[in-house]
Amino acid sequence: MTSSREDRRAQLAAAIESRILVLDGAMGTMIQSYNLDEAGFRGERFKDWAQDLRGNNDLLCLTQPEILSEIHRAYLDAGADILETNTFSSTSIAQADYGLQDYARELNLESARSARQVCDAVTAENPSKPRFVAGTLGPTNRTASISPDVNDPGKRNTSFDELRDAYQEAIEGLIEGGVDLILVETIFDTLNAKAALFAIDDVFEKTGERLPIMISGTITDQSGRTLSGQTAEAFWNSVRHVAPFTIGLNCALGAEQLRPYVAEISRIADTFTCTYPNAGLPNEFGEYDQTPEEMAALIGEWADDGLVNAVGGCCGTTPPHIRAIAEAVAGKSPRKIPEIETKLRLSGLEPFALAS
Amino acid sequence: MTSQSGTATFVNIGERTNVTGSARFKKLILNDDFEAALDVARQQVESGAQIIDVNMDEAMLDSEAAMTRFLNLIATEPDISRVPIMIDSSKWSVIEAGLKCVQGKSVVNSISLKEGEEPFFEQARKLKRYGAAVVVMAFDQDGQADTADRKVEICTRSYKLLTEKIGFPAEDIIFDPNVFAVATGIEEHNNYALDFIEATRRIKETLPHCHVSGGVSNISFSFRGNEPIREAMHSVFLYYAIQAGMDMGIVNAGQLAVYADIPETLKERVEDVILNRRADATDRLLEIADEYRGEGKKRVIDLAWREKPVNDRLSHALVNGNTDFIIDDTEEARTKTKRPLDVIEGPLMDGMNIVGDLFGSGKMFLPQVVKSARVMKKAVAHLIPYIEEEKANNPDSDTGSKGKIVLATVKGDVHDIGKNIVGVVLQCNNFDIVDLGVMVACDKILETAKAENADIIGLSGLITPSLDEMVYVGSEMKRQGFDIPLLIGGATTSKVHTAVKIEPKYDGATVYVTDASRAVGVASKLLSKNQSDEFVASVKAEYETVRDTHERGQAKKKRLAYADAKSNAFKIDWASYEPPQPETPGITVFDDYDLAELSACIDWSPFFSTWELKGNYPNILSDPRVGETARELYNDAQALLQKIIGEKWLTAKAVVGLWPANSVGDDIEVYSDPTRKDVLQTLHTLRQQMPRQGRDRANYALSDFIAPRDSGRVDTIGAFAVTAGIGIDEPVKAFEDAHDDYNSILLKALADRLAEAFAERMHQRVRTSLWGYASDEDLSNEDLVREQYQGIRPAPGYPASPDHTEKGLLWELLDAERHTSVSLTESYAMWPASSVSGLYFSHPDSRYFGLGKIERDQVADYAKRKDFDLKTMERWLSPNLNYDRDDS
Repeated sequence: MTSSREDRRAQLAAAIESRILVLDGAMGTMIQSYNLDEAGFRGERFKDWAQDLRGNNDLLCLTQPEILSEIHRAYLDAGADILETNTFSSTSIAQADYGLQDYARELNLESARSARQVCDAVTAENPSKPRFVAGTLGPTNRTASISPDVNDPGKRNTSFDELRDAYQEAIEGLIEGGVDLILVETIFDTLNAKAALFAIDDVFEKTGERLPIMISGTITDQSGRTLSGQTAEAFWNSVRHVAPFTIGLNCALGAEQLRPYVAEISRIADTFTCTYPNAGLPNEFGEYDQTPEEMAALIGEWADDGLVNAVGGCCGTTPPHIRAIAEAVAGKSPRKIPEIETKLRLSGLEPFALAS
Repeated sequence: MTSQSGTATFVNIGERTNVTGSARFKKLILNDDFEAALDVARQQVESGAQIIDVNMDEAMLDSEAAMTRFLNLIATEPDISRVPIMIDSSKWSVIEAGLKCVQGKSVVNSISLKEGEEPFFEQARKLKRYGAAVVVMAFDQDGQADTADRKVEICTRSYKLLTEKIGFPAEDIIFDPNVFAVATGIEEHNNYALDFIEATRRIKETLPHCHVSGGVSNISFSFRGNEPIREAMHSVFLYYAIQAGMDMGIVNAGQLAVYADIPETLKERVEDVILNRRADATDRLLEIADEYRGEGKKRVIDLAWREKPVNDRLSHALVNGNTDFIIDDTEEARTKTKRPLDVIEGPLMDGMNIVGDLFGSGKMFLPQVVKSARVMKKAVAHLIPYIEEEKANNPDSDTGSKGKIVLATVKGDVHDIGKNIVGVVLQCNNFDIVDLGVMVACDKILETAKAENADIIGLSGLITPSLDEMVYVGSEMKRQGFDIPLLIGGATTSKVHTAVKIEPKYDGATVYVTDASRAVGVASKLLSKNQSDEFVASVKAEYETVRDTHERGQAKKKRLAYADAKSNAFKIDWASYEPPQPETPGITVFDDYDLAELSACIDWSPFFSTWELKGNYPNILSDPRVGETARELYNDAQALLQKIIGEKWLTAKAVVGLWPANSVGDDIEVYSDPTRKDVLQTLHTLRQQMPRQGRDRANYALSDFIAPRDSGRVDTIGAFAVTAGIGIDEPVKAFEDAHDDYNSILLKALADRLAEAFAERMHQRVRTSLWGYASDEDLSNEDLVREQYQGIRPAPGYPASPDHTEKGLLWELLDAERHTSVSLTESYAMWPASSVSGLYFSHPDSRYFGLGKIERDQVADYAKRKDFDLKTMERWLSPNLNYDRDDS
C-alpha cells in the first residue's frame, strides 16, 4: 500500500504541474436525490439506535456503502481527478449529535476505503489519468474562537485540545483507509483549522509519512471575511506554516461572488490554489439552481486569468456540473506560483508583514 | 511608520497589557476586572500599536487561566484582535495556553538556549506546529549576552540550530539581543548601548531574513525619575539602533522624544553616553540632567531656617522631621511664654497642623509624618516636667487634648505595626493616646477605657481569629453599657466584616478605618460637637447598605457538594512520578542564622507598603511622587539594618522538618519513617468548593499534592518555623523611651522583612540541599521574590489553608517552641511577631490557591477529622463559611 501511495504522490505532483486538476462535487446534494428515510440511514446495523439518524450522511459508509460508491463513481466518470471522502462530519465532536462519537474512527476508515476502491478501479480502467483520494476534515459544529453565549464572550463550547484530539482520531482513520491527501475544508474558524493542522503534523510525525495537505477556507459573505473575522490574507498567514499543497476557498458563495477572493489568494499564496464554489447562491427554498454551463463559464474565466491550479464544486453541484467544469478548464494552463517576497508575516483578523 | 499595505519598517509593540510592566494592568487582572483590562488593549491598538504584548507572569495569578481568558476575550473584540498578539511569558505552559487561543499567527516571547539545546528544540518544534513566530533571547547556559561578540555568537548559534536543524523559517525569528542600562556609573556598562547596536548590525548582515527587537526603556534605567533625559536617551538609542537594523521594539510611544527636537547640548551628551564616545560621558550627562528635570532640585544642607524666629523654627523642624535643635528651640519657646502648655498649643500644634494638612492633601507621606511625630514627642517630653509642676500647683488646668483614645491589639494577636502608626498619627493631631500594646484581653481594654475616661476605643488585629475577638469586645461594650465610639482596623479587618459582624453587636458608633491616613478624620468627626451626629448617622446608613449588599451577595455564591468537590480534586499521575526523597530527613535546627545573609534576600516592596507608600521596589525609589520619601526611608532602613546586623540586636532561629507522608482523603499522614507504621501526626486540609468551569480547573486541597497512601508511593512533606524577632523587645523599648516611634516602627518592619527573607532562604536551602529535589536551581533574588521555583510553602492561616489551629500540630511536629523560642498565643499567632511558619510541598504541580468559601458539609467532616465540635470549628473557620453560623 505504502509504495503505491508514494507512486501516486509523484503522479499527483506531475499532474498538478501540467494541468488544472478537477475535484468532485457535492456529496450531500447527491445523497438527497436517493430520498432515504430513517430506516434507510439506519440500515441493518443501527436499526435499534436510540437517536434519529436520518440526515447523518457520513453514516452511509457503514449502512449504504453501495450508494457512496455510486456517487463517487459518477463524479469520476464526469472527469474528476480527486475524490473527497464522505467524512465532513466524521469527527467524534460532530457525531456526538447522533450519539455516534465512538464510531468516528470507523467512519473515517470505511469512507476512505470506499473512495479508495472506486478510485483504484477507475484508474485501472484508464491508467493514463490517475485518480486520487482526499480525506476530508470538516470544521465540526463547534468553534474555538467564538463564544456560544452572547452574555459571556470569554466562553467556548470547545477547546483547541478537544478539537486536536478529535481530528487526530479522524486523520488516523483516513490514512489507514488509504487516502492520498488530507483536505481541511470549509474553515469558518481558523483556530479549529489550526487544531486540525496541529493534529495532522502530529500524526505525520508518528507515522513517518507526510501526505500533501489541502486547506480550504470559507468566506461567508461579501465582507470578504471568514465567520471568525479574518480576511483572506490573514487566514493564509495563519495556516501557511504547514506548507500546504493547495490553499483556497470553498462553500458559502458562488463562483461569481468568490472571484475577488480567489484572485487575492492567487496573488499572495506561494503554493498551488484550489477553489470549489457552490452552484451559485441558494434561492428562497434553499436550493441551488446555477446550471452546469453557467458555473463552468465562470470557472473557465478563472482558468483563463491564471488564478487556479485545481477547481471543483461544493453545495448544489452534481456530476453534470463537474463534467462541464472539467471541460471548461481542459487544456488551459494552470496558474504559475508567484514569487513571494520573504517577510515576517503575522495576522490578527488582518494581515501584518515586516520585511527583513 | 506603517505603509498602506500593512508592511511596516519599524514595529511598535504595545506593552501596557503586561502585568510585569504595568502596575495598572496588573491590578486590573488581579481584581478580575477583565472588562477594563480589555480597554487597555483597545487603547494600545487605537494609539498605534501594531502588535500587542500580553503577559500574565504574576505569582498571585493562575497565569495559564488568565492568559486563556484574556485572549479569548480579545478574540471577540474585532477592534483589538485585528492586530497580531505577542504571547509573552517566561513559562512555557503559559505560552502554550496562549497559543491555543489565537486563530491568527502570533509571536511568542520568548525562547532561548538558557536551558540548553533540548528544551530549545522542543519548544521551537512546537511553535512550528502551532504556526507562530518567535522572539529568541541572546541567552545561553552561560547567561545573558552582554558584549556584542557574545550577542552575535548566541544569536548566530540559535539561528543555525533553528533554520538548519529543524527548518524553522528564518523570517519568523526575531532576536532580542538584550538592551541593558547604560550610564549606571559602572564602567563595564558604558558600552552596552553600542554593544546592542553593533550586534544588531552584524546579526542583520549575516543572518538573512531575521529581525531584531528589544525593550527600549531598559537603556535609561539609571535616569528613572528624570523623564526628559530618559525620552532623549530612548530617541537617540532608537535612532542609531534602527539604522543598524533594529526593526521591532517594545516602546512606550508616550516615552519617546522626537530626535530632531532634542536640544543640541542635551543631544550631544546623550549621544556621548549611548555611543560611549568619552570616558566622562555619564558624568557630563549627570551634570546637566537636573536642568532638564521638571524642577531643578538641589540638595544642599541649608541652615538659613535657623535665622528665623523660634516659632517658625519649630514649624520647620516638625515639617522636616528634624530633631537636631528641637530641645533648644522648645526651651527657648518655653521661656518666652507664660505657661509650658502654651508652647504645645501654640507653635507646636501650629506646626503639626501644617503636617496634618500636607499629609491630608497627599503632599507628605507616612514616613515623614512619623518623623514629625518624633520631633513632637521630643518637644513634649521636654515640656512635661514643667507641665506637671504647673499641674501640681493648679490641678484644674486643661491639657488641650482633642480627646483620649485607648488603642489595643486584641487578645491572641501580636501584630502592632499598623496600630502603632495609627497611634503616632493621632498623636500628631493632638489626640491623647493610651496604647495598651498587644495581646490585650477585653476586660483590660474596657477597664482602662473607664479608668482613663476614654473618648474612643480602637481595636487592631492581623490574623483572622482576631476578628471574632473584636466581635466579642463589641458585645461586651454593649453589655457593660458603653456608648463611646469603637474603631476597627488591621490587615484582615474590613468594612464588610465590621458592618456585618461587629456593628450589630454594639449600640455605639462602630467605624472601620482603612489606614492611618483616615484615622485622624474619623476620630475628629466622631468627637466633633457639630459633626458627630451626622457622621455617625451616615456611617450607620452606609453599613446598613453594606449588610444588604452582602446579604444578597451571599445568596448568589453557589457551592459544590463536598463529595463533588472531592471528585474534582487535582489529579497527579503518581504512577509515573517518583516523589523525591529528602537528603536530610527529620528535623534540622538553625539556632543563630547569619542576618547579613538574610538582609541580602529582603523583598523590599512590602516594606514600603507598610509605610503606606505604594509602588514596587526598586521603581518606587524613582517614583515622581513618593520617590524622594521612599529613598529617605530606604536609606534610614539600610542604616538601621547595619546596626541590627553589626550590633546583633536580633537573633534568627529556624527549625525545618522533612518526613515520609501520604495523603489519606483530604488529610495528610506524617510518618516517623518510610515503613509508615508509626503516624507522627495527621495534618488536615480544606478543599475548594466553588463551582469550576472547564475541565482544566480542579477543586484544590493541599493534600492533592501529596501521593495517596494507596498509590504505592512514599511521599515527603516538610514543615518549618523561622523567626527573626528574638531580642527585639530591648531595642524597641529603648526607642520608645527616647520617644522615637519612627525607629521603633522601622525596626519592627525590618524584623518582619528579615523573617520573610529567612523563610524564603530556608525554602531555597530545602529545595537545593536538605530535601535536594532542585539541587541545580540557580535563581536570582528577583526570581525568588517572584517564586519562580518548584514547590510551595503554604502557611496555616493563609488563603490555601485558613485554619490557624493547624499551626498547633505543626508546633508539635517541629517541637518549634523549644527549637526557635517562638510560642503560639491562644489565637495561634506566633510570638515574637516577626516569625513565619508553614508546610513544604515539592511536587512540580503544587501551587498556591485560595480556599474561598466552603459549605457546612465539609466543615462538619473537617471537624470530625480534627475531633473538634462543629461550633468550635465554625468559629475558627468563620471567615470562610459560605453560610451563617447558627449562633454567633
